[in-house]
Formats: sequence, C-alpha cells, structure tokens
Amino acid sequence: MKLRALLPLLAFIVLVIFLAIGLTRDPKKITSPLIDKAAPAFRLPSVADPSKFVSSEDFKGKVVIFNVWASWCVACREEHPLLVKFSKTSQTPIYGLNYKDERSDALRWLQAFGNPYVVSAFDLKGTVGIDWGVYGVPETFIIDKKGIIRFKQIGPVTPEILNQEMIPLIAKLEQES
Amino acid sequence: MKRLSLIVMTTIIFMASPLWAAFNTYEFEDPEKKERFGKLINELRCTVCQNQTIADSNADLAKDLRDKVYVMVQEGQNEEQIKTFLVDRFSDFVLYRPPVNRSTYLLWIGPFVLLIIAFIFLLVQIRKRNQTVSTVIDPQQHARIETLLSQQAKDNKDD
Repeated sequence: MKLRALLPLLAFIVLVIFLAIGLTRDPKKITSPLIDKAAPAFRLPSVADPSKFVSSEDFKGKVVIFNVWASWCVACREEHPLLVKFSKTSQTPIYGLNYKDERSDALRWLQAFGNPYVVSAFDLKGTVGIDWGVYGVPETFIIDKKGIIRFKQIGPVTPEILNQEMIPLIAKLEQES
Repeated sequence: MKRLSLIVMTTIIFMASPLWAAFNTYEFEDPEKKERFGKLINELRCTVCQNQTIADSNADLAKDLRDKVYVMVQEGQNEEQIKTFLVDRFSDFVLYRPPVNRSTYLLWIGPFVLLIIAFIFLLVQIRKRNQTVSTVIDPQQHARIETLLSQQAKDNKDD
C-alpha cells in the first residue's frame, strides 16, 4: 500500500530525469548524415579572383579543413582569430566556403581580420551550402585523404574543440594512407 | 465607406499571409506539380527556425530550400526523391513526419505501449473494485448494521 502511494512521485522523478537530459541537449546540433560519406562535389569561382575556380578536386589526397563563413555572420568573427592562428602553425590547409555573401564585403572582411584560407569558394546562392547540409554558419568540416567527411562542427570552433577534437583527429587522419 | 475599408483591410491581411507570399512567387504549369510542391514545403522543417516548415519560415535558408524543392519538382522528381535528397544532407530532422526506424521506434510505438499499460491498469482496478463489493458480510457485522440503522431511524423520528 505504501509503495502505491509513492508511485506518482516515482513517475514524476522519471519525468524530471528525462526532462533534465533533454535540457542538456542542444536541439540546434543535428548529427550530420554526411559524416563518413563522400564530400559533395562542387566547383565555384574563388572569392579573390572570379576567373579562378575552387573545386572539391583540390581536396584530393590531403586532410583538409573546410570552413563555411560569411562576412554577415557574427559567430564567424568569433572563431576567426582561432583559424588565423591555426593556419600559421599548422600544415593542414583550410579551405573556405564563402556562403551567400557579397564579394566586396567578403574581401574587406578577410583584409580586416586576416585570411586563414588557402582559397575561399564563392557560393553566392548557397547551392553548394545546401549540398553540404549547411544551415548554421559557421560550420567546419574535416575531410580525409580519400575525400570522406570525418568531422563536422556546427557553430564557431572554440579552442577546446580545436585542441581536443580537431587536432587529434587530423593527426590520426594524417596517419591513414 | 466603412464597407470599402473593410474589404481593403481584409485584402491586405490576406495578401500579407506568409503562406501566400511563399506560394505566390512560384509558378507552375502543371497543377499536379503545384500540389506536390505545396505538400512538400508544408512537410519539410526549416533547420534554422526549427519549429516552422519551410513554407512558413522567412529565414534565408527556408527560401533557398523552397527554391531547391521548386527546381526539383519542375525537373519531375517525385516526393520520395526530393525527401531523400534533403534527408541525405540535413538528416531525418527535416521531415516533420519522422520515418519509422530504429531510433524512432519509441516515438512511434511508445504511445500505444502506454495505452496498453493504462488499459491493463484499469482492468486490474475494476476487477479489484468488483471483488470488494461482493465481499460477504459476516452475521455479526450484519447485526451491527441493523442496530445502527434502526438507531438512526429512531433519531430521525425524534427530531
């Protein structure tokens, strides 16, 4: 009889536990189905020079970081110094995807805050963005030597994510043939 | 005058509806395609503004996705192909109606399991209640009831 009186309380506790777990999860973080899949192919003009093209072929045989950015994106500004610093110390090339931006704004932005990118592709209409499942700029991918996406960060890269997740993963991927 | 302003107001409100705006910019020659497009954009979630469909949302990405769906519909792709295209890129999350698979079993079957549990609980309770009602009273208790009742009848008379 006593146990039965406790039942509503138990049910309530179970509910609270489930809700508490729910609170710790970020609904914005959707696991990308692109992980462990081949990077979507693209070919776009570069931001700096419209007559030159950037394509997914450029990633072949290298471990690369692919960073989606835009001059209108506030959070991009947050992670940008980190990328600039990383590009100066690391051999891993960072390719940029300039997402739905004005060319002149993008160029001014790179001039003002530094350019960590080997080259940035100019995705004016965001079609390549859709192909890559981009929905919250900035987004950062790591692609292995075989052209497979191995990592995706939605939102700005923080020093913790860079040091604890990305750099160890890149080191591991470099070992792979 | 009053009626005229009413008509104008209603027209403005109707025109301002976002759904209307989303639809109006797309033209279809084939009514079947128009229907497919309308159905799809009302079933796909905008991943930026997570509680809106891409038809409802004014977000940039929602507009891009509407454009993409429009192009795919015009190319003659069917509902399944378009959904697969988006799920491959944005995960099952883009579907307002989640598919039945291992990670959604609980979601789909859960309510029915709860219903069955509630039903069993109810059955047990009803059976228990019926049992208490049919409990036989021993003669001693019966006698006591009789005395109490007659006592009360007497009290009532005295009032």
